[in-house]
Amino acid sequence: MDLTQLTAHELSDLLARRETSAVELVKAFSDRIDQVEENVKAFNILTRDKALEQAAKLDDKLARGEKPGPLEGIPMALKDNMCTKGVPTTCSSKILKSFVPPYNATVVERLAQAGSIMLGKLNLDEFAMGSSTENSAFAKTRNPWDLERVPGGSSGGAVASVSADEVVFALGSDTGGSIRQPAAFCGVVGLKPTYGYVSRFGLIAFASSLDQIGTLTKDVTDCALVMNVIAGHDPKDSTSAPVDKPDFTKSLINDIKGMRIGIPREYFGVGIDPEVDKVIRQAIAKLEELGAVVEECSLPHTEYAMPTYYLIAPAECSSNLARYDGVRYGYRAPESGDVVGMFKKSRAEGFGPEVKRRIMLGTYALSSGYYDAYYLKALKVRTLIKQDFDQAFEKFDLLLSPTAPTPAFKFGEKSANPLAMYLSDICTVPANLAGIPAISVPCGFADGLPVGLHLMGKAFDEGTLLRVAYTFEQNTDYHKVKPSLGVK
Amino acid sequence: MLGDFEVVAGVEVHAELATKTKIFCGCTTEFGGEQNTHVCPVCLGLPGVLPVLNRQVVEYAIKTGLALNSEIAEFSKFDRKNYYYPDLPKNYQTSQYDLPICLGGYVEIEVDGVKKRIGITRVHMEEDAGKLVHSGATISTSDVSFVDYNRTGVPLLEIVSEPDLRSVDETVAYLEKLVQILDYIEVSDCRMEQGSVRFDVNVSLRPKGSDKFGIRTETKNLNSFSSVRRCMEYEIERQAEILSEGGQVIQETRTWDEGKGITLSLRSKEEAHDYRYFPEPDLVPMVIERKWVERVRESMPELPDSRRQRLLGLGLSAYDAGVITSSRDLAEFFDQALAKFKDAKTLANWVMGDFLGLLKAKGLLVQSSPVKPEGLAELLTLVENGTISGKIAKTVIGEMFETGKGAAEIVKEKGLVQISDTSALAGIIDEVVNSNPQSVADFKAGKERAIGFLVGQVMKETKGQANPGLVNKLLKEKLETM
Repeated sequence: MDLTQLTAHELSDLLARRETSAVELVKAFSDRIDQVEENVKAFNILTRDKALEQAAKLDDKLARGEKPGPLEGIPMALKDNMCTKGVPTTCSSKILKSFVPPYNATVVERLAQAGSIMLGKLNLDEFAMGSSTENSAFAKTRNPWDLERVPGGSSGGAVASVSADEVVFALGSDTGGSIRQPAAFCGVVGLKPTYGYVSRFGLIAFASSLDQIGTLTKDVTDCALVMNVIAGHDPKDSTSAPVDKPDFTKSLINDIKGMRIGIPREYFGVGIDPEVDKVIRQAIAKLEELGAVVEECSLPHTEYAMPTYYLIAPAECSSNLARYDGVRYGYRAPESGDVVGMFKKSRAEGFGPEVKRRIMLGTYALSSGYYDAYYLKALKVRTLIKQDFDQAFEKFDLLLSPTAPTPAFKFGEKSANPLAMYLSDICTVPANLAGIPAISVPCGFADGLPVGLHLMGKAFDEGTLLRVAYTFEQNTDYHKVKPSLGVK
Repeated sequence: MLGDFEVVAGVEVHAELATKTKIFCGCTTEFGGEQNTHVCPVCLGLPGVLPVLNRQVVEYAIKTGLALNSEIAEFSKFDRKNYYYPDLPKNYQTSQYDLPICLGGYVEIEVDGVKKRIGITRVHMEEDAGKLVHSGATISTSDVSFVDYNRTGVPLLEIVSEPDLRSVDETVAYLEKLVQILDYIEVSDCRMEQGSVRFDVNVSLRPKGSDKFGIRTETKNLNSFSSVRRCMEYEIERQAEILSEGGQVIQETRTWDEGKGITLSLRSKEEAHDYRYFPEPDLVPMVIERKWVERVRESMPELPDSRRQRLLGLGLSAYDAGVITSSRDLAEFFDQALAKFKDAKTLANWVMGDFLGLLKAKGLLVQSSPVKPEGLAELLTLVENGTISGKIAKTVIGEMFETGKGAAEIVKEKGLVQISDTSALAGIIDEVVNSNPQSVADFKAGKERAIGFLVGQVMKETKGQANPGLVNKLLKEKLETM
């Protein structure tokens, strides 16, 4: 039995029956990393020594007859934009290469509390800005299904590590699709929860009103288990919702009879790959066969989602990233003369081109004389987009679309054309603008590459998403197919 | 110099709030401390941190708004003010832009007996920045600069006045009144020497009779009333000179050089920052419940104006009422003493005279006085019921300041009880009359004043302890029988 191919709930059963140990798990995943990491390049940093120490302590506890919690002893890793005390947190940026946080993000604390074992920090597009992880200042993470293709982004390292069985699960962050689009590209389950369900404290901000931490897992059950640990109110995050957290595993019900699913026609427009379209239609047929009531619908303001997103996100980013100036931490350019010179040179040398592009876009959108026409207008359109969803959810329990219009693309294919790159998030961005939860689950293959089924639900109704995703998964085998780690 | 011009001024006041902790984190707001010790990841703006609003800051802002007759907004939010400076850890200041917590209001001032309302435009909450320490004179002429972030995140209120001020005297009167109110409602320590209140003064001139505003300058970061006065006087003269020579004032931000007593250009309108304000996405908008506002209203202390009015009603002079209500601490002292000693005028005389005199001589503040309100009331009661004379009381209060002992205790210890016993005084009076035949003769010859000398002699013999009224009466009786 290859332990690295198992899910958290399967490994937890083995630990509970003492058929494996936490140390054995860390070693197995460590060996797997040694074997595949050279090809995948998912990690920015590995913390295997700490992991082994933590595992040994846990094994002592288990030897005394204590039962492990659901995620206890489970090896995982974090996107490298979540602060980890004493472990470098870089955002895959030169400007934060030397930054070691003196504190943990709330999700890190909660996972530590639950006994999960961190194996390292995972590569991303610099400051989570990108859709291919090609914007990392450090490495190009590869798609385990075809090493000549991108894993998607910005959580490219996180999805690749799960897809390549280097970890059991990972946490990513999703501002416009950064969990779901790569999850679709690499054939894993990716959930972006409702805005405010998971604390952002310690998540290095890209766009505060859109950023949300979420899960990357090998199946829907693990998704529910991880949500049970990371979700819930946090007094350190004023935007964290003061709601009670349910037991998400209660939604793992293999039955969707009578579930009403809307298919927004705007998500099947120009640019959708015919193979992807075909796979999604098959998935819809499967859900109907399982008893769902499917009907086409319209979200009329969808076409404004991308321009709205590319005003709001860069505006917030231009302010959030102002603190990287070389004064207190991170990169400071040498020999830069006076203080303004130090600001300019440190930022010019510390940030990559995509980050600079968005800082400039956002600065422009917020500038006096342009604010009303751009930023304020975008906020108003954002409200219209939310209203589209509110209306649709009066009629439907959830909405369905492809996660991305195409399967994973090749390195360099879109990096020269930012607009083409931005369009790979066209199906995922609206959920961030509306603050609603959305999940991507493996639903088939287009030309041998994974395709993701995208389900969007009502705010704080992750339960319905999990139920439909679980039912689909229980009645299909796509999530069980493993990547070749070769070249197609 | 002012000639045919009229002054138009308005002031922005930044007051540090007297909360125990900072506006968005749990760090202490205590002044001083070793550099960068009152800090945490949140106020240092480290990557990934988030602000959590201190409820007390909102409560103090509501309290201030109520004291300034402002409308307390039902819906308010924070915004980011974006600019780069090394003392600002996030390179944006979390402040309030278009929906401040308090709107409108006024402060009433009195200059040369004329009362006037000065309008308040708005009051908003924001965070303070850190402090730069340069190796040279300024940031641009220094090889190295250091930053102390202890003050970063200390809560501030910005109180913006309407351009209603028409003279330097009005401006200073307005600021004194405003600081007095903030002190009374205990939202700020108002320690100007620590920079806890700072003023930005906008000044322009216009021809008398004109209803259009002239071009203004703003001089930033003044930290005393006297600096405001000197700065305004300089700026008025500078602008009047430009205008009377037919020139134009440049709209700009200026800085005050305290040493040279002049203002200097800091940046022009064209160089002004574009702060790119936008709603703070890390904080949720505030809905301020009316119940909360009412609770604060009910807990408001008596404000200086109504307190002054009350003291006038008790028969105090306008001057005395003004001095006693000038600070909340002194007014509280007076009221507490008044609760135990009902003669307000006598109490006022003692507070204004011996009490404040001794405090000043000792360099003490009212709140650290060794003589408490009850102590002063006890002393004055001893005078009132004839136990000691007023003269002895002056010695006793000095002793009270020295030793911290109570009045009755000192009187008893030192045997200072007034002699009101007729038989005890009779012998001494006989003695004085016998040894001063000339004065007795003078009195008999009709020189009424001679009795004063004899009373003085009796007081001297009794070391001041005799009841002077009684001595007078007994002496007269004795002399008339002679």
